[in-house]
Order: sequence, then C-alpha cells, then structure tokens
Amino acid sequence: MNNILVTKEVTKQFGSFTALDKVSLEIPENSIYGLLGPNGAGKTTLIRIINQIMHPDQGTVYFNGEVLKPKHISMIGYLPEERGLYKSMKVGEQAMYLAQLKGLRKDEAKRRLKYWFDRLDIGDWWNKKVQELSKGMAQKIQFIVTVLHEPKLLIFDEPFSGFDPINANLIKDEILHLKEQGTSIIFSTHRMESVEELCEYIALIHRAEKILDGKLSDIKKAYKNNSFQVGLVTADAEVLLKDLGDTFKITAPNFDPSCKQLNFTVQLDSEDSSGLLGYLAGKANINHFEENIPSANEIFIKTVQSKGNHE
Amino acid sequence: MNKLPLIIKREYLAKVRNKSFVIMTFLSPLLMVGMVVLIVYLTKLNANEKSVIAILNESDYFSNDFHTTENMSYVRFAGLSLAEAKDSTEHLGYSGLLHIPKLHILEEVAKHSFFYSKEAPNALIVEKIESVYQDRLRQQRLQKVGVTAKDFTTIDQRFEINTSTFMGEQNLKGINEIKAGIGGAFGYLIMMFIIIYGGFVMRSVIEEKTSRIIEVIISSVKPFQLMMGKIIGTSLAGLTQFAIWILSASLLLLLAMAIFDIDPASLTAGQDMMTKAAGDMAPPIPSTGNTFNLYAQEVLDIAWVTLIVFFMVYFILGYLIYSSIYAAIGAAVDNETDTQQFIFPIILPLMLAIYVGFFSVFSNPHGPIAVGFSLFPLTSPIVMMMRLPGGIGEGGVPIWQLLTSILLLAATFIGIVWLAAKIYRVGILMYGKKPGYKELFKWLKY
Repeated sequence: MNNILVTKEVTKQFGSFTALDKVSLEIPENSIYGLLGPNGAGKTTLIRIINQIMHPDQGTVYFNGEVLKPKHISMIGYLPEERGLYKSMKVGEQAMYLAQLKGLRKDEAKRRLKYWFDRLDIGDWWNKKVQELSKGMAQKIQFIVTVLHEPKLLIFDEPFSGFDPINANLIKDEILHLKEQGTSIIFSTHRMESVEELCEYIALIHRAEKILDGKLSDIKKAYKNNSFQVGLVTADAEVLLKDLGDTFKITAPNFDPSCKQLNFTVQLDSEDSSGLLGYLAGKANINHFEENIPSANEIFIKTVQSKGNHE
Repeated sequence: MNKLPLIIKREYLAKVRNKSFVIMTFLSPLLMVGMVVLIVYLTKLNANEKSVIAILNESDYFSNDFHTTENMSYVRFAGLSLAEAKDSTEHLGYSGLLHIPKLHILEEVAKHSFFYSKEAPNALIVEKIESVYQDRLRQQRLQKVGVTAKDFTTIDQRFEINTSTFMGEQNLKGINEIKAGIGGAFGYLIMMFIIIYGGFVMRSVIEEKTSRIIEVIISSVKPFQLMMGKIIGTSLAGLTQFAIWILSASLLLLLAMAIFDIDPASLTAGQDMMTKAAGDMAPPIPSTGNTFNLYAQEVLDIAWVTLIVFFMVYFILGYLIYSSIYAAIGAAVDNETDTQQFIFPIILPLMLAIYVGFFSVFSNPHGPIAVGFSLFPLTSPIVMMMRLPGGIGEGGVPIWQLLTSILLLAATFIGIVWLAAKIYRVGILMYGKKPGYKELFKWLKY
C-alpha cells in the first residue's frame, strides 16, 4: 500500500525546547490516521510542519513519494484546532476568499460552495455576517472551506469540538464519506471514543517523541494480555471456583445468588482459549465469554504513564 | 497562482467597507471645510465691525492727523463742553471720546489728553490713537533739533539688506524657512500616514489573531505574503482616503466660497503675480514692491517634479519599514492594550524627526544635525523631505548625501522587513503570552 505522507526523523526545536524529536511516521493512503498525544506533546507542531507553516530543523517530509514542496499546499486541507473566521465579512464572500487562496478558480469555487452549502443545509447563510452565526454554524463553514478544494490529504485537529452531538455526527459521516471517496485523513484528537470509531491507524506522540504507532487492531493485539471475561450460571459457585482455581488463574470473582450468575476474569498463558472453554463447557451454562481487549484509551494512558515514569 | 493580489484586495475591501473608516473619510473634509469657513466668516464679521471715535479737539494740534481707515472713523465735535461731549458720545453709541485739551504746547496737550469710553477700551483703538500721538511728538522733537517733516519721512524709511548667493542669484531672506516648511508639510504627511495606517495594519493583525483565522490562512499562503498583502492593502485604502479628502475638500471649499461670497480673486491674486513675474524674468535687484513676486518665484522654482518623485521614494520606503514593524508588534501581542510598550519606541524616531526638522533644519538645512538625521534611516524620510525643497546638488542637498540616504533606507527596509517577518511568523501562532523584548529576540532564532 502507498503512503500518502511519510515523515523521516523530523526534529523541531524552539530555542532550547524540543517540540519534536526524530519523529518518523508512515501514513497509508486512503486511511484515517489518528494522531494522539497529551497536550503539548508536539502534535500541533507536527501538523504545522506538514502544512508547511513551519519547517523542520532536521528530517524530511514526503508527500505522495515526493519531498514536501509549496506546490503540495493545494493538495492538503487543514482544519486547525484554533480556528475562526473574519467576523465582519459575509459568509459567502469569506468562503470564496479562502477557497481562492487554496487555488480554486472563482467560478469553480462558487459552484462547489453552492454544492456544499446545500449539502449541509446552510444555503441561506450566504449573505449573513459571520458575527451573526453561532459557534457550531461557523464550524460548518470552516469544515466546508477545509474540504472544498478536494485535497488528497485532510488534517483535522479536534474536529468535533464546538459541535453539538447531532452536528458532530453529521461531520463524522462526512469524514467517512470523504474517506470512501479516496481521501486520506489525519485525525488529531484527545477523544478516544472517536479514535476507536474512526481510526484504522494511530500514532502516539509524547514529549516530542513518537512512542507508538501502527494499525490500531495490531496495537490492540500487542497490548492484550490473554485475559478473558467469563459469565456463567451455576448453583454452587464456591465449588466451581475452587475447581477452576486449581487449573486457571482466576481474579475478581463475583457471584449473584439471586440469579445464580457467576462472573470472573481468567488469565491464560497464551491467546488459545479452547482449553478453558472446553473445561467450562462441561461444568456450567456459559452465557458470556469475551477476551479483554484494551481500549485505545487504556493503551493511551498506559503508554503515556509508563513513559512518564522513566523520566 | 499568485495569491498576493487576492490578499491585497481583501484587506483593501475590509478596510474601505469598515463603517468608521467610511465615516472618517466623508466627515473629515466636511469638518475641515467647516472650520475654514467658520474662521473666514468670523474674520469677516470682525472686519465689518467699525469703530467710531468722537473727538473733542480744543487745541490747535491734531486737526489733520486722524484719518478714517477701514475699521475706524472719527466724528469731530465742536463747541461742546466735555460733559456734553461725553453725554453725546454715549448717547450716539460711539466707541469712545478722545478729549484733546486747550493747551499751547504739544507736549502738554499730549500729556493731558484723555480717552473716555463706557467700558475698558479696545486695545486696537488705544494703540491707533497712541501711534498718532507718537508720530506727531517725534516729528516735533526732531524739528527741535532741526529736522524738517520732509526729512523725517526720508529718514524713517525701512531698510532691508539685499542678499545673494556667490553665484549671483537673488537670495531671499526667510526663503529657507518657507522651503523647509513646504518640505515639512511633506514630512508631516509621511509621519501622519505612518502613525494612522501603521496602526491600522497592527489592529488588522491583532484581529486575525484574536478571531483565530490566522492558522487557516497561513496554511494556504506564506506568512510573508499575508503580511505584505495586509500592508499594501491597508496603504491603498489610506491613499484612497487621502484622495477623497483632497478632492472633496477642494470641491467643498469652492462651494463654500461661492456660498459665503469669498472672493477667489483675492486668494489667487498671488498666483497672478507669480505668473507675471515668471513671464518678466525677475529683475536682478529687488525693489520693495515685488518682493512678494520673488518669493513666489522661488517657490515656483522648486523642482516640484523631482521633489514629488523623491517624496514617493521616501514615503514608500519609510511607510513599508514602519508598517512592517507595526505588523510585527500586532503579531507579538494578543490585544491592543499590550502594544503600548512597543509603540513608544516606534513613535520616538518619528517625533524626533519632526522636532529636529522644525528646530534645526529650518534654520540650517545643510548643517551637521540636518545631515545626520537625513541619513539615519528611521528619520531620513521626514528630515530629508524638509531639506529637499532647497534643491539638489549645488547650493542644496549634495547628491552623495541623497544617494547614501536612499541606499541606507533601502538596506534598512530589507533588514527590517526580514526581521519583522520573522517575528510575525512566530508571533501569529503564539497565544496567551505577553512577550517582552527578550522573547521577541528569541523568536528571531526560531
């Protein structure tokens, strides 16, 4: 698979402060790539370098196989976290201006804006002034302006902040739709549930360094520890637990006598759970069996904390 | 595609459509013309007020010395007592009564003359009467030592020294001041333009920062492009404003003159003389009558085209230097109140240039102070403009000084814009910090 964007050992310093330290990433084409990290980790600096707002002190960025150059600006769409609009300008005029700055011709910009304004159901805002809009309304305009020039790579920095749940969903669907059409997307956020929902790949940046990256499913596989959550129905929980305890590592048992429900966690030596299942099948009626897969949130916290403790 | 024209267009329109800008543009000429009209009107009103003085002359002197002038006339009483004369004066509403007593010796007459009025007398009237007495007394005192009245007028003629350059050209006293004044007007224009429109540039940068649109924009264009687009767009808006001011002010002035019946001939009379003088070729030695012509000639002889060309050069370079500093300040701060500490050092050289200009360049346009400040890039646009009307080359600003000054200014322009762009680039993405000079210096190295 092609990589839309590759960074090789990108380093950026501000005076004596290191914002990025040899960060290497590979962002596959037509994927949603989550860029995660605590506040101040260096995510925004990295994004600004990709957008050529800043230039790295060392290292190289490749866009679609070529060294990143000013001509690539029109192939990238960027929705910054700190985003706004000119307050006293009219919505349509402003959208036209921003679209033309991205290199769209006037008539083309107008045509596409009409399409998007209709699509997001804001056609009658064209002549409104920005200061009359609510924050959520302004965000819609910003979203449109970001995607209008049909970039190959879209970068969203906290795209859902400022949206109510309904509009957040609308934007999420639009992002997924763009991905279906072949756009690659970098998605920077703290909101782990949206990472879980959208991202196929993630990279975790902490204190200017990349500490983890790869396919989200692979990372989860690597982070799971072969523990299984079991639920079953039994009359005599105590005997069963004692028997089980001889063969398996049981933790956190919990028995509800009223419905004879016994829940517990089993720690296995390998990911092969057939032995456990076979053993249990003869003993009781199993109504829940699930491998414990760590959430992105857990991985995030665990990795950041373990790194933090080293220093 | 070049995005600079797009940015310039937006900045220009944003400025020109701004409500306060529109109001300023159209209200200022009205205010200015209104003020001129008011002043002219009040002057006329004052001029029309004629004082009538009653004179009760019982002596043999002063029968022919009080002449009616434009705003003073005299009524002579005869055969009245002083008390009656006072009554009549008050009754007739005259401005006052001058009593010249019946005495034989002039000195005594003068000593015992009185001016009576209802309230404290108008200073102009008193001055006029005093000068009549003074002349008469001086005449008599001179006669006593054997000078006749005819001799007296000859003696009393004012003397003015003739001045000339070594080249033999007529050199008029005070013409340096007039020329520096013309240059000073240009210099002042540069300063005002820098302060007003530089401030606009700064506020526009702050607005982009606080509205958080800046990062959206600079992901499409280079910060340097944005900065230059902003500076150029704002200055074009400024030039538009100036053009509207000049046009509408002259139109309004013409209109006002028509309405208030101010004779334009009296204002353009000077110009007629100028053209006449230019046609006759100025005579080599001035006689008192055509001094004005000579001054007019001198003013006309200023190389206006050259002057305006250099004005454009100094104006553009000076404005670009200062407004890029303003842009950098705007980028460094989060709101306008934080700009004070940075603004003062910018205004300082501008004020200095104006003061040095008025106190030193006026009296000695080619002295060491004038030369120094007209070479120093931060003051040269203003100070050099004050020196230039005196001419270039022989007798004026030496060519090497002019070239050095422009070269220094151009070099400073490149250096300052480069530095300002660096501060701007870093500053526009910094929030929540109130940077000091140390911080700004660090940004240069990012």
